[in-house]
Amino acid sequence: MVRAAQPNTSETKDFPGASVQVRSVSHAFDNDAQVLPVLGNVTFDVPSGETLALLGPSGCGKSTLLRLIAGLEMPKRGEIGVDHVRVVGPDPSRLLVFQDPLLLPWRTVKENVAYGLEAQGIGKEKERVLQALQMVGLSDFAAAYPRELSGGMAQRVALARVLVNRPRVLLLDEPFGKLDSLTRMTMQEELLMLARRHTFTTVLVTHDVEEALLLATRILVFSSRPAEIILDLENNLSFPRFRDDPEFISLRRQSLVALGHGEEFFR
Amino acid sequence: MFDKTQFPAENVAPTAGHSVFRLWWPGVISGVTWATAFSVTALFPNHVRTPAAQSLEACEIMIIIFSGFSVLLGNMSSFSSLAHHGRRIAALGGAVAVWEVMTAKTGWLPLPFFPSPQAILDVYRVDSERLAQSVFHSLLLLIPGFGLGSLTGFLVGVAMGWSPEARYWGHPIIRLLGPLPSIAWLPIALFIFPTITAASVFLIALATAFPVAVLTASGVAIVDSRLYDVGRTLGASEGFLIRTIVIPAALPNVFVGLFMGLGASFIVLIVAEMLGAKAGLGWYLQWAQGWAAYANLYAALAVMSVLFSSVTMVLFAIRRRLLRWNRETVEW
Ligand SMILES: Nc1ncnc2c1ncn2[C@@H]1O[C@H](COP(=O)(O)OP(=O)(O)O)[C@@H](O)[C@H]1O
Ligand SMILES: [Mg+2]
Repeated sequence: MVRAAQPNTSETKDFPGASVQVRSVSHAFDNDAQVLPVLGNVTFDVPSGETLALLGPSGCGKSTLLRLIAGLEMPKRGEIGVDHVRVVGPDPSRLLVFQDPLLLPWRTVKENVAYGLEAQGIGKEKERVLQALQMVGLSDFAAAYPRELSGGMAQRVALARVLVNRPRVLLLDEPFGKLDSLTRMTMQEELLMLARRHTFTTVLVTHDVEEALLLATRILVFSSRPAEIILDLENNLSFPRFRDDPEFISLRRQSLVALGHGEEFFR
Repeated sequence: MFDKTQFPAENVAPTAGHSVFRLWWPGVISGVTWATAFSVTALFPNHVRTPAAQSLEACEIMIIIFSGFSVLLGNMSSFSSLAHHGRRIAALGGAVAVWEVMTAKTGWLPLPFFPSPQAILDVYRVDSERLAQSVFHSLLLLIPGFGLGSLTGFLVGVAMGWSPEARYWGHPIIRLLGPLPSIAWLPIALFIFPTITAASVFLIALATAFPVAVLTASGVAIVDSRLYDVGRTLGASEGFLIRTIVIPAALPNVFVGLFMGLGASFIVLIVAEMLGAKAGLGWYLQWAQGWAAYANLYAALAVMSVLFSSVTMVLFAIRRRLLRWNRETVEW
């Protein structure tokens, strides 16, 4: 855990996932002399290649946790490690996809995807960019500007922009939250296929219990702010997963109960 | 179900029988109005002493000939951009005829304040060299002044938008000095700078720099900070972020500042030339007024309007090129 940070030199073709260690992490924001505690002593491990889903009430600190793993902020207390190396800042091996695509409107689709490679001085690498666009099925839109894309297409480009860098940890912050339900289902399937083909580790924040159960191998449910883990669920269901599978239903009920629903009115 | 006659073959390419010759009516009307203007100019004696009408007559004849061609060719698609102005040109012919009557031919409008069109056009024949020199000298102040001011304003704006420290120091300066019309600095500029040229360039730069700096800074400030998160995780250094996110995101605002700055610099240019210079369009206006040469004054104003409008068009063209990605379209 507490080894010196090393530059990440492993450049394998099929980017293998890294393990993630979150150890006694607490975080708070200082708002105008008032301290807002957001994370309260959170500890968990994500083994390499696992897909972990984080569920919790809105505003409990899930996005903050992802930003900490990404290295965009440093935790007030505790440590975060990736492959047992302490996270000290952002790095292209740990990449975030947000609810909004956040594409650069002045760049074409392929220039958006190439952004990371350019920023890291790897050069434009046309092949890699086109390959990433192919992965998300948008080869035909390489020269389009973001304003010409639908919401689902834009989110696919955001995914390609991340994948082209061969990340070892993929941090997804409600990535399908703004898509219509059919597009969302398609993209969930695509994500599953990607995660199986390439073995990156995924941490997925979602407010959709079914999405968590369909995609994740493990689910953490957080309390409201400051977030603490109140449920740690293994999900060993084999693929394809069915929503009406009794085991699926049982896992969903456990999650909903932990989130404070499903007792009084629904079951 | 569908009656065939309801769908005439409109989108079928016109056949040979279709392309019957048609007159282009705006051309006909333009020919008539300009012929009227020519008759008034050439056939009626001048009532008041007026410079030679040869320039105006030459223009009128050219437009009449041109109108004649357009009557035959105006319907062709390759003419469509010119044809767009057809009715305007026709109306101008009528206006020139009326204006000639009211000035040179009858003297209803008093001289020297209301020169005839033939007098104004004659200025371009007699005094074109001095006018060209004036345009040249004005550009010699405008281009370096506007360029320097844009660059300074842009750099200051980016710094203020990006760095809290730069904002802390820049803000009060812009707050206090920004609203000051830059021409108010003229007396001070005149004794600080060795030449009036340098002083004028400085004032134009000042007039440009303030709006450009303010708008650039606000353009940088409203950039969605999540884009920086995206850039930083993807491995961007601070310089790369500024180059690839901050500046392009601020560019639409920068152009608003540039347009405001350009307007301000036209004002400063003309006032500075009127007050101090020995050349340039502002000086020309002053000089013409001194001689009560009102025809020269109107001629110089026309040159000025064409010049400033062209400069503005150039800026719009640059903007359109750089903001291709942006759908927002304010055209000039
Ligand atoms: N940069 C920040 N400064 C101050 N408060 C913040 C900041 N980011 C998030 N917060 C607050 O922290 C809490 C948790 O936010 P977030 O992690 O986005 O929650 P979630 O993603 O679980 O909905 C919220 O109350 C939010 O207002
Ligand atoms: Mg969130």
